[in-house]
Amino acid sequence: MPIPAAILTLGLSVVLVLVGLWVGQNVNMLPIDASANAPVYDELFQVLFSIGTSLLLGIVGLLIYSLVRYRRVAGDTGDGLPIEGNLPLEIFWTAVPAIVVLFIGIYSYDIYERMGGMAPLNDHSVHVMQASADSSIAAGMAMEASQGSGGPARIWGGISPTGSGAAAVNVDVTAMQFAFIFRYPESGIISGELHVPVGQTVALNMEAKDVIHAFWVPQFRLKQDVIPGQPTLLSFTATKEGRYPIICAELCGPYHGGMRSTVVVEDPETYSTWVTKNSPAPLPVSVSSAPSAPLQS
Amino acid sequence: MTLTLSPPTATPEPQAPLQPQGWLRYFSFSVDHKVIGLQYLVCGFIFYFIGGALAGMIRTELWTPLSDFMPRETYNEVLTMHGTVMIFLWIVPVVNGAFGNYLIPFYVGARDMAFPRLNAVAFWLIPPAGLLLISSYFIGSASQSGWTAYPPLSLTTPATGQVIWILSVLLLGGSSIFGGINFIATILKLRRPGLKLLQLPMFCWALLGTSILVVLSTPVLAGTLVLLSFDIIAHTGFFNPALGGNAVVYQHLFWFYSHPAVYIMVLPAFGLVSEILPVHARKPLFGYITMVYSILAIVVLGLVVWAHHMFTSGTPPWMRLFFTIATSLIAVPTGIKFFNWLATLWGGKIALNTAMLFSCGFIVNFVFGGITGVALAQVPFDIHVHDTYFVVAHFHYIVYGGTVFVIFGSVYHWYPKFTGRMANETLGRLHFVLTFIGFNLCFAPQHWLGLNGMPRRVAEYDPQFTFINQLSSVGALLMAISTLPFLINMVYSAFAGEKAGDNPWRALTPEWLTSSPPPVENWKGPAPLVTHPYGYGEAPKPQTAVASST
Amino acid sequence: MTSSSVPSSISGSAESQAVSQALSQAVAVALPLVDSSHDAEAGHGDEEGHGDFRLFGLATFLVADGMTFAGFFAAYLTFRAVNPLAEGGNYELELALPTLNTILLLVSSLTFHRAARAIHQDRIDACRNWLLVTAALGFTFLGGQMVEYFSLPFGLTDNLFASTFYAITGFHGLHVTLGGLMILIIWWQSRRGGRVTRANLFPLEATELYWHFVDGIWVLLYGILYLL
Ligand code: HEA
Ligand code: HEA
Ligand code: CUA
Ligand SMILES: [Cu+2]
Repeated sequence: MPIPAAILTLGLSVVLVLVGLWVGQNVNMLPIDASANAPVYDELFQVLFSIGTSLLLGIVGLLIYSLVRYRRVAGDTGDGLPIEGNLPLEIFWTAVPAIVVLFIGIYSYDIYERMGGMAPLNDHSVHVMQASADSSIAAGMAMEASQGSGGPARIWGGISPTGSGAAAVNVDVTAMQFAFIFRYPESGIISGELHVPVGQTVALNMEAKDVIHAFWVPQFRLKQDVIPGQPTLLSFTATKEGRYPIICAELCGPYHGGMRSTVVVEDPETYSTWVTKNSPAPLPVSVSSAPSAPLQS
Repeated sequence: MTLTLSPPTATPEPQAPLQPQGWLRYFSFSVDHKVIGLQYLVCGFIFYFIGGALAGMIRTELWTPLSDFMPRETYNEVLTMHGTVMIFLWIVPVVNGAFGNYLIPFYVGARDMAFPRLNAVAFWLIPPAGLLLISSYFIGSASQSGWTAYPPLSLTTPATGQVIWILSVLLLGGSSIFGGINFIATILKLRRPGLKLLQLPMFCWALLGTSILVVLSTPVLAGTLVLLSFDIIAHTGFFNPALGGNAVVYQHLFWFYSHPAVYIMVLPAFGLVSEILPVHARKPLFGYITMVYSILAIVVLGLVVWAHHMFTSGTPPWMRLFFTIATSLIAVPTGIKFFNWLATLWGGKIALNTAMLFSCGFIVNFVFGGITGVALAQVPFDIHVHDTYFVVAHFHYIVYGGTVFVIFGSVYHWYPKFTGRMANETLGRLHFVLTFIGFNLCFAPQHWLGLNGMPRRVAEYDPQFTFINQLSSVGALLMAISTLPFLINMVYSAFAGEKAGDNPWRALTPEWLTSSPPPVENWKGPAPLVTHPYGYGEAPKPQTAVASST
Repeated sequence: MTSSSVPSSISGSAESQAVSQALSQAVAVALPLVDSSHDAEAGHGDEEGHGDFRLFGLATFLVADGMTFAGFFAAYLTFRAVNPLAEGGNYELELALPTLNTILLLVSSLTFHRAARAIHQDRIDACRNWLLVTAALGFTFLGGQMVEYFSLPFGLTDNLFASTFYAITGFHGLHVTLGGLMILIIWWQSRRGGRVTRANLFPLEATELYWHFVDGIWVLLYGILYLL
């Protein structure tokens, strides 16, 4: 009748792993995935969720089992067994977490690579923000210009377009208390909403005017700080049409919670209609010197 | 239980006549480590209730998606104050100052800390610093830039509040450094002759590790805050991009302290749990040596992982990768500790009293928070959830579910030592159940909020999140209610609790081998030599009993 | 125990009690570890023969203090690596005066060492003279710093380099000032009937350790700020 402890342990571990896997596969905790790297992210999430569930259940299970099984009987004043260590066991529970975290580390490196996180930031022809072109919008970026007009401005961090070609759409993003402003250098559009065509790589060149903000679209699973004086880059490919929130995710003052905008992902035709309709149109912000031709790079 | 405690026979030494006696001494510049420890403890609890009331205001504001309970500026002040009070005036002083001061001299077999006067100075820096911090509400405005005080925001919010915040954190940092020096000297230098380092109770190792972190990292924060105050007062441009400075350098320097700070908040708690579990499971602490090594490993690794708070801050890719790996590795030594605790319980004779319940609650909550921590350490994962409620949930699972649970457990465990009376078990269990449910109800749903798009530090949010936020607020209310049985218990039992005797748990660590509460000189007669602090279940070792020291 | 230490710490002749108490209070506020009262004994009682570990405590404090400088240096080096100065900015500094200053400070470490040696050989007067020389060197160094500050072409807020330069050298200067004052206090205390004697060397040794530390930091500072 008694099952050997080793087999029992093995069996229980298998059950735990299966439960973890099942939970990872079937419990959905994330909003819809609307960018090319969102499914990649979700894959990582599932793996972490599975591992985490198994671990948590295993440890809590062990704990509750010991508490019930080894509860002190009333009146018993004796001690437990004086076991002070067990080398094989200790090696085992050092090695297993080590292997697990190394696996997680390597795996998430792979995921990061696939998201474009490891692509060198200054190698390819990153579109350089035109700091000096537009006086009213770019006033806050003066110091960037002073750091070295001439060659491309240094990009300090972010995610670049995967693949060798530059992005199809470039947008300059300026964050300020408490709004995002999107400038399309090719067409000269200035907008408070981000419009992007579905299925094409978009590169956001971001810089802040006053304090640090962050650009976050939960459905894209992407976030990047927008920092004064240190341009950053964020690229993505939207895959599902729709309107998604853009959320400022770095405390930037009293109205931080209200600093939101929308990204509109539309099919290429609607997008180009939007571009043509808005291009030469009177801009919301009157900028007398706004150049209408594509800016020099 | 086989240990015999022969009543000490030596004549008590004359007590310090210059120190006030009775309850008055708790309001004096006492140099008695036990008095100082209790001063830290009570002072910490006062600030905990202040920080908790601020948390209550946060949760009330978040009951509705609109910013309707208080002005937005006030919300930012409240959350900054909440974070600062909870970390610098509650957790750090209590796990280090209170329990460290009370227990360490007992554990090393000394009559006091190495530098008793410095010790008192370290404590007495805290109340003025706390009052200073809180006073900023009433003289203009408090700091609004979060407990992280990132520039340039902290340079543009009202200067008075920010400068007061800096001043107060500097004082608290100073207090912490003085305390750290004292602990290092006490543990390394003041050990009773014959007591070896590897015979010390685990809490000593935890505090040694913590103090090393304090000494190495707190000064960097101090220096950084001085530079920040120059930026505010003297208009230098260290961290001000508009003046050619670099805002991200501040983040590196800040987290060089504040990541180790999280281990400053949790290592002592690990130590306390290591003391509580063996006593109530009546088994030796499992894997003593590996516990020691894992503390040291956490100290070393803890110093080189800070940039995991800055994965979206425009750091270069190689840096992110390095910090991902280093951070994930911390799970290994931490895991060793958890498995050792489970093995300590395994096969024991477990008394499931309040102290034990809180300790087990700690294990559950901390493993939860640790696992989300390892997830956060993965750059691609963190890019989505950074600065969202997922992070808020992660760290409350650790600081509240971990450290605060341990503080409660320790208060129950050492209550008979402090007062000579037992705390009431029924009230204690009620406290535990309410806290455990309230805590999980408050913070578990916040993971979902973060994943689905709710950023942190906002007074207004997307209405789709209303219900979950209300759940969380109800949990917070439960936590607030749960403090009632606790407070009643503490006050009631101090006067009417069952008399405890000197060693109600029949514990083997040295603080129990004296009267409860202990005399001023800790032991009447020479300090006992305890070389097997966890010798449960063993034949009595001759040296465990009170032995002569000279 | 604790009781015995309190009265005995107020030693010395009656008329100087008030002074020495005030001084020791001042030191206690500035740097509690240097206070020469018998903190140490209060801890372990007479029955156990622990050594004096106040120097150990001070050394730990200096590690902490060194970390503050380390933070400043790290910030400086990062600024320098990633934040180009606006035009007009320059990392070059005049070297003559600071080099002279460096030599002064190094010599002062030697003279302090001589002072310590002298007191070990019970040559109190020689010790006190060397202390005076050390203090003089220290204050000359500070004077040199002042001269440099006033002759520099940039002010505190001119650019990132200027700010960092003043912050670091100023913080170091503060340490030198404190050290100089402590030397003077010891010099006063080591007079006949004072508290610093061959039997109570701690204040002198502590100050010496501190002084060497401050010199060491200066050498690093000189290398990083001036030579690099
Ligand atoms: C006491 C406090 C404390 C402690 C101990 C920890 C412990 C850990 N923390 Fe946490 N953390 C905070 C307090 C704490 N944290 C705070 C306050 C913040 C937010 C600051 C702010 O922005 O305001 C934060 C934020 C934070 C971030 C940044 C998130 C962001 O802002 O985007 C990250 C990222 O890596 C992180 C990771 C970790 C990790 C990996 C651990 C690890 O040490 C956990 C290790 C433990 C375990 C893993 C569990 C036990 C182990 C096992 C059972 C073995 C098996 C496990 C595996 C194989 C996985 N923490
Ligand atoms: C270190 C310890 C610590 C502890 C113990 C706590 C405890 C709690 N915290 Fe805190 N928290 C932080 C550290 C801590 N927190 C930090 C560092 C931040 C980040 C700040 C920042 O972003 O800068 C933060 C931020 C933070 C936020 C996010 C705010 C935001 O980003 O907008 C929230 C929201 O729910 C929250 C809630 C709570 C709650 C409900 C408790 C509860 O557990 C408290 C329970 C205790 C009581 C309730 C007290 C007892 C009761 C009374 C005194 C009666 C009065 C009570 C009421 C009126 C309800 N905390
Ligand atoms: Cu912008 Cu928050
Ligand atoms: Cu951290």
